Amino acid sequence: MRNPLSKTITEIKPSGIRKFFDIASERKDTISLGVGEPDFDTPWHIRDEGIYSLEKGKTFYTSNSGLLELREEINNYLTRRCNVSYDPRTEILVTVGGSEAIDIGLRAMIDPGDEVLIPQPSYVSYEPCTILAGGTPVIIELKNENEFRLTKEELLEAITDKTKILILPFPNNPTGAIMEREDLEDIAKICIEKDIFVMSDEIYSELTYGKDHVSIASLPGMRERTILINGFSKAFAMTGWRLGYACGPKEIIEQMMKIHQFAIMCAPTTSQYAAVEAIKNGDEDVANMRESYNQRRNFLMNAFKEMGLPCFEPFGAFYVFPCIKEFGMTSEEFAFALLDAEKLAVVPGTAFGDCGEGFLRISYAYSIEKLKIAMDRINHFITGLREKNK
Amino acid sequence: MREKILNYIEKNSRVDLKELAVLLGMNEVDVANELAALESEGIICGYHTIIDWDKVTEERVNALIEVKVTPQRGKGFDEIAERIYKYPEVTSCYLMSGGFDLIVSIEGKSLKEISMFVSQKLSTLDSILSTTTHFILKKYKDHGTIMHQQYEDERIMMTP
Repeated sequence: MRNPLSKTITEIKPSGIRKFFDIASERKDTISLGVGEPDFDTPWHIRDEGIYSLEKGKTFYTSNSGLLELREEINNYLTRRCNVSYDPRTEILVTVGGSEAIDIGLRAMIDPGDEVLIPQPSYVSYEPCTILAGGTPVIIELKNENEFRLTKEELLEAITDKTKILILPFPNNPTGAIMEREDLEDIAKICIEKDIFVMSDEIYSELTYGKDHVSIASLPGMRERTILINGFSKAFAMTGWRLGYACGPKEIIEQMMKIHQFAIMCAPTTSQYAAVEAIKNGDEDVANMRESYNQRRNFLMNAFKEMGLPCFEPFGAFYVFPCIKEFGMTSEEFAFALLDAEKLAVVPGTAFGDCGEGFLRISYAYSIEKLKIAMDRINHFITGLREKNK
Repeated sequence: MREKILNYIEKNSRVDLKELAVLLGMNEVDVANELAALESEGIICGYHTIIDWDKVTEERVNALIEVKVTPQRGKGFDEIAERIYKYPEVTSCYLMSGGFDLIVSIEGKSLKEISMFVSQKLSTLDSILSTTTHFILKKYKDHGTIMHQQYEDERIMMTP
């Protein structure tokens, strides 16, 4: 029999989280700080709207680009929160999570040989999606000493005459890093000079602490060369509803629409009705959740300080990214040993790129009670390691 | 800063000072001073515990009583409200808009005890025109807390 599989897909490595997950979930009493989604339930008024739409029999396809009412609300929201506006009829596409938007955005823009700049550590899908779209991923390794922000020097060094797209994943999963206005201005200047497009994945835009999120699309000259990706999962605790969106210049959205139309048809209708309620009336819920995440962030930063575990202060998302280089183990070795000895599951930094070596991603989408137990376990573990290494 | 402290301890008054300071990103001494000020200004009026008495053998009965009264010249409702809330059986007392004037919640050991209180003490007060007693059969949610609910983390253990 012939090999049924494509060479492209078989050469792509599966996500590094998978094998870890299989082991962790087999052990009883394991506490996990490995989850990349909010611990809150979707606020009730949002769920209620979803239920109501079902009661009314709103169970049909919506238009390919999503309910017009939702697109209008997305525009209102972006105008209000991110200082950038889009035409709801031609410049906004409602997708199945931010993930779909990443995939079809890359597929709509890449020709074979085009280079896509991917700052890492970052979310696991940019690299495979680039390859699947026929592009060439070029990794930019972000550094701890820059608080994992992308600097203009790093960007300039990675640009070649084949560079077409820069992916900008901030606030960042897994590091929690953000890019502030001045950081973005440097990047924007280079992108305009070198004629590079930006795919800005802003799924964590609502979760920044003490510093406001700035979208690169809102900077002068950037709107026409940026695909802004956002969604409902993180801000409104709606991961399972699978709903995101992409905004950008009409010419790009139109082509993304074609892929979306043929592959997906439209995003789930129930989710879209719920999302209208979320984006119209959810600001207060978001503020409450943000405050809660911030308390946990403060708690973890303090716990690391007390146990002497180095960790830069992240101002976004719900992750911290402590450094474990002092123990002379790889991230994976450390994570496995921690799971073994203390029944605590965290994600090795290398799951988000090779340059995550020496770091762990710890999620704080957990109650303080749970984080307390987890910090006691880490503390116990590293105290033991330090004594052994003495 | 005040609002942050109040919002937090409204949900968890047992948090210790040091932890509260860490969570809110404040200095421990500042938090202690602010709490003391909030107490002395009468903004924080008490620290209570939400108990599901249904799970305890001791019998408890709660009722809400709508009360219509004649307000008194120069004193409005305050004087009659005071006469009512001073009874230890009364756990809360609010002046209301709408079809009646005061709503009074009562706690007692039995239906009989509450009936006795209403008929012999409350109804007999001067300026009380009528009362309507509603017994509470089951508490689903109290002070923002859902009773009989256990949180279970249903998320899969690891996701990117």
